[in-house]
Amino acid sequence: MSAEFVNVEVNGVAVRAPKGEMIIRVTDAHGAYIPRFCYHDKLPIAANCRMCLVEVEKAPKPLPACATPVTEGMKIHTRSPKAIAAQKATMEFLLINHPLDCPICDQGGECELQDLAVGFGRDISRYQERKRVVKDQSLGPLVSTDMTRCIHCTRCVRFGQEIAGIQELGTTGRGENMQIGTFIERSVDHELSGNIIDLCPVGALNSKPFRFQARAWEMTQHPLVSPHDGVGSRLYGHVLRGRLMRVVPQPCEEINETWISDRDRFGYEGLASADRLTVPRVRASNGQWHDADWDSALDAMAKGLRAASAGRGAAGAGFMAHASCTLEELYLLGRVAEGLGSSNIDHRLRQRDFRDQGGDPAAPTIGLAIADVDGLDGVFIVGSNLRAELPLLAHRVRKAARRGAAVSFLNPRSYECLFPVAHVLLANPARMLTELAAVLAAALEAAGAGAPAALEQLLANARPAAAHRAIAAALGKGKRAIWLGALALRHSAYGELRALARELARVTGATLGELAEGANAAGAYLAGCVPHRAPAGTARASYGRNAREMLEEPLPGYLLLGVEPWADGLQPHTLATLERARFVGAITPFASPAMLQVAHVLLPAAAFAETSGTYVNLEGRWQSFAGAARAPGSARPAWKILRVLGNLLDLAGFDYQSSDMVRDELRAAVERAPRVGYESRFAPARPDLVEALRDLSMYRVDPVLRRAPSLQQTRAGQAGDVEFPS
Amino acid sequence: MSVTEGSNGAASPAALSGHTRAEIDQWIARFPPGRQRSAVIAALRAAQEQNQGYLTPPLMDAVAAYLQLPPIQVYEVASFYSMFETHPCGRHHVSVCTNISCMLRGGEALLAHVERRLGIRVGESTPDGRIFLKQEEECLAACTGAPMMMVDHVYHEHLSNDAVDRILDELK
Repeated sequence: MSAEFVNVEVNGVAVRAPKGEMIIRVTDAHGAYIPRFCYHDKLPIAANCRMCLVEVEKAPKPLPACATPVTEGMKIHTRSPKAIAAQKATMEFLLINHPLDCPICDQGGECELQDLAVGFGRDISRYQERKRVVKDQSLGPLVSTDMTRCIHCTRCVRFGQEIAGIQELGTTGRGENMQIGTFIERSVDHELSGNIIDLCPVGALNSKPFRFQARAWEMTQHPLVSPHDGVGSRLYGHVLRGRLMRVVPQPCEEINETWISDRDRFGYEGLASADRLTVPRVRASNGQWHDADWDSALDAMAKGLRAASAGRGAAGAGFMAHASCTLEELYLLGRVAEGLGSSNIDHRLRQRDFRDQGGDPAAPTIGLAIADVDGLDGVFIVGSNLRAELPLLAHRVRKAARRGAAVSFLNPRSYECLFPVAHVLLANPARMLTELAAVLAAALEAAGAGAPAALEQLLANARPAAAHRAIAAALGKGKRAIWLGALALRHSAYGELRALARELARVTGATLGELAEGANAAGAYLAGCVPHRAPAGTARASYGRNAREMLEEPLPGYLLLGVEPWADGLQPHTLATLERARFVGAITPFASPAMLQVAHVLLPAAAFAETSGTYVNLEGRWQSFAGAARAPGSARPAWKILRVLGNLLDLAGFDYQSSDMVRDELRAAVERAPRVGYESRFAPARPDLVEALRDLSMYRVDPVLRRAPSLQQTRAGQAGDVEFPS
Repeated sequence: MSVTEGSNGAASPAALSGHTRAEIDQWIARFPPGRQRSAVIAALRAAQEQNQGYLTPPLMDAVAAYLQLPPIQVYEVASFYSMFETHPCGRHHVSVCTNISCMLRGGEALLAHVERRLGIRVGESTPDGRIFLKQEEECLAACTGAPMMMVDHVYHEHLSNDAVDRILDELK
């Protein structure tokens, strides 16, 4: 028998449990339920609600199961008269000050207190005195407060300390005057703060946008995947009469644990935007928009695309999609483009430098499983506002940092990380190259290696200082990674940055990863929604035009899939360029004034949660989901629109019955495709000119988020984009 | 290793006087490095003293910034302990004990006398800002000298109405 295990008895059943494990974890693992409010698997133990009192033989009084470690020979009774009496007494105390307002409480029906009160409460309160009333504070646009309902479990407080990394809520006052709040009225601004809504076991903290919208038992629950970033958080959508009412996390240890970011939770509000497109629309030759039926709109689209492509070859139509489109949509878009003889197709609207795209991997990835990020010993992140780009990846990095990992950044400005940061190299966009070269020089020096010929020019002036050496040294041991963030991807010398990072990874043995933007950037690569790769990642013989080229020089026609290039891209004068095109068609959930200004045919598409599809996240995981909500009006899933469009264009093989068939076809192709090392025909050189870099507000990165009113009211939503001059 | 955990970036410790900072520094020095949170009570006491006996949000934020804590952790402590005042109040803190021993020896009558003489109720301050009749003071462990009251951390025992008047009149 190993020393790390002890033998205990739970309700008379012998159980082997790890030594030092808390009783509640042992009983949970063996199916003996103990009621609890303050205990939460992911939070530090507080033992302040006392609901989990159990009887332990030979202990003089009931013990809190969440804070009592098991010891050899312990005999635990969770349902004995003594245990139940203690639990009922605790419940009576908890209910003393809790208002009886369940009928008007949003938590009603999914309330831990309500549920446990049925099992452990008395029918009648013996408490005759006055109940406590607590004034509500405004915590900002996302979380509603009814603090009179609070039972002081402090889960929200511990969430701030442990998970968010910044304590925004606290317990002020004492005794009967104790309150949970911010003391001085201020909003909770952390990008994961919405999770306190789920953590709150009562109706004290609730979703503000969802307030009084629906009852828990009226809605149906549908599994979804986050459309906002490459982590691919698992979600549940709650749907009432075909409408997505709210989004909550779906527990998934390997990806999002039990958390989701605020934009995953509140982004759904954007679906009900006033500029939602519900019927196909066509612009007549006199410039007037009019509603159309599907047949004539699809005909107009096919005609427009044909005219823009016929016989033009490489100068044919351009196809642009958002990286939050599903794999199926992107694949079919690619097939339509191919059918029209164009490889001008791209989803990388914010990328500026494509010189080294030939050297891209088959799909961007962080280079390791998301769950393994916790276990990293060193990570060097180049050009990333990590908390805003990938909130839940930042949470994993934070866990690693708190374990002792050396996390370092090279950024144009210092971002608040809320975890211990080993080193921050600050450099304007042009100097980022020099700084990264200095880290590489330090690594080469440590390895006793000379500068590779291709990088000699970049390394010529690299003078490593102590910080560069320390970063290089931290990449030399344990599990380590180098990531290129969104600011690196948007850098006008991305090729050079990546060449330096690649060499750094090679010398130090670290894995190199790219934090590509969008929920399905990896899927877009695999689906062939790039000008240099056909579906399944095989290199194209000749490259089409990339997003930047398509928006610099007007093409005769464009097809926009779920994208608003003037807002999703960084290219100046985008609207003017598109206006000069003879034909612009859009398959889009939204028709903004800018869209009406440039487009000629608009086909209403189903948006997030309204269509089935697949996302591939940044660890390469394929996650399919079914449609949960009804698309408004006559909007259709974009993969169906593209299928019909394929048929109208007389393209072969466009008879898919379901999005699964599309996915399976691509999946088979990806599995057949050889895993090739791609040839980089790129020669790094010191760039003459480095363009300014732009950091976008985290709530403006996709069309749905831009239309989510509550997120726009948060501090991050109010903050403008930041431009870093070169 | 530079640690940014918990910093909020907004507050600055500028509101603390040099004397207050020196006081806080010597308290920080008594705890192991990185445990400056342990000095929060002493720091708040020094800050309160600097500000004529009560704390303001800017002062608490300054303490938080000085100790590199999230402000809420300072608010928690300041609102928990009865020795900290988070609202404007008089310079001298007077509390009359009315717990069992003092009650048996006339503490409640004494408190009524003080209220009458100052023209304020428990929890209020005199309009001239001289005296703050502090709320809620239970047994201060001076039962042998009942009835008693505490004035600015000094115990006065075996009190009569005359004795109380003398003590209160001497407060400037």
